[in-house]
Amino acid sequence: MNTFTTGIIQYAGASIPRVSTKLKTIDFLGSVMVRWGIRRNNYRVIPGLYAVGEPDAGSDVFVTANYKLTFDNVRKNLTGINGWILVLDTKGVNVWCAAGKGTFATKELVNRIRQVSLEKIINHKRIILPQLGATGVAAYKVKEETGFNVHYGPVRASDIKKFIADGYRADKKMRRVTFSLKDRIKLVPNDFMYGKYYLLGAAVLILLISGLSSKGFSFSNIPEKGGPAVVNILLAYFSGIVLTPVLLPYLPPRQFSVKGFYTGLMVFIFLLLFGFTGSNIIEIFSWFFIITAISSFLAMNFTGSSTYTSLSGVKKEMKFSLPVQIGFASTGVILQVIGKFI
Amino acid sequence: MKDLVYLTDVVTLSLCGKTCNGCGMCIRVCPHEVFELSGKKAHIINRDFCMECGACAMNCPVQAITVKSGVGCAAGIINGILRNTEPTCGCSDSGAACC
Repeated sequence: MNTFTTGIIQYAGASIPRVSTKLKTIDFLGSVMVRWGIRRNNYRVIPGLYAVGEPDAGSDVFVTANYKLTFDNVRKNLTGINGWILVLDTKGVNVWCAAGKGTFATKELVNRIRQVSLEKIINHKRIILPQLGATGVAAYKVKEETGFNVHYGPVRASDIKKFIADGYRADKKMRRVTFSLKDRIKLVPNDFMYGKYYLLGAAVLILLISGLSSKGFSFSNIPEKGGPAVVNILLAYFSGIVLTPVLLPYLPPRQFSVKGFYTGLMVFIFLLLFGFTGSNIIEIFSWFFIITAISSFLAMNFTGSSTYTSLSGVKKEMKFSLPVQIGFASTGVILQVIGKFI
Repeated sequence: MKDLVYLTDVVTLSLCGKTCNGCGMCIRVCPHEVFELSGKKAHIINRDFCMECGACAMNCPVQAITVKSGVGCAAGIINGILRNTEPTCGCSDSGAACC
């Protein structure tokens, strides 16, 4: 049993689940979990038609994805509306990404319209799609194949009511994708989880290096030397995963990798002032290279989370940045080892 | 709007003015206000705002727009290099979520 249906309605010969527009604690917990990557790959709603309120043949049809986080956001914003929700099978992926991947797509929409016999449910030809679904759906093809007119609604479900009140027109503000501080912070847990194996690898490597000294390798060196080293790695991560996204619009360079280099540099200076970057010049330089490389690499990965980078742009940025990051990281590690023997 | 600009002069977007029928669909689907309608034709007014999502080309009924669309995602590009494929989010094989 799911957490959101409140019964089944019989309509035009079909049994259609009715969904609540109120989110429960369990929905909220689910959303926190998926933000942290837990059950994220299987947080889904069964595709098909759902009812909200007391819909009839004249009611609006809202098309969405079967990622439950998305579905919850849609039903929450339909409070007080009598309508239909048509859920496409996007393999549990949100609308925009699914549209890019070809699951929130013309073919799936056409098939789903036929599968639920939408023409028997409603007596009009208007279906409302989220604007970001347009990457995967060709409105004119849906019209050709099913006779239904796709109306691209607002980007955000929270504008649905205004969109309807304005006569099914999305104004400039509703069509614009933004990337607010709140949006950016919501992505931090997921990016952290994405980088967890890199983090573990880097921490282990640095701990092993901290066991080195002019007398050779000894595990007994690790507790004393390893602690500050792991702190440095953690802060380099913090720089790339938290600091860069938070400061994104305020960091002047356009390339994400360069933004990450700058936040990494800030963290390095901070650590230098507090004496965390070692006792000799070689170690200090080593930490400069390691911290900025890690921060820059993770910041570059944030391009995928952002809402305004292009494929051509990221490719161009990476052609320059990736070799530099690799060079910095290798130089840093080599200097780190050399520094242990001085 | 300034904070929405990524690198300049890189995008692959192009619009054929001759073919355009002025339906305005590109304006409605673009998330970054790249187009404007004037003189019964669409025009590219904010080229550097384009993120190559491909919504305009997908919805142009007369195929007046071309853009090499894809994910503007470094992790996806690295995935593509490692697997020798087009840039991908990397988890589509298992039908799982990503981005």
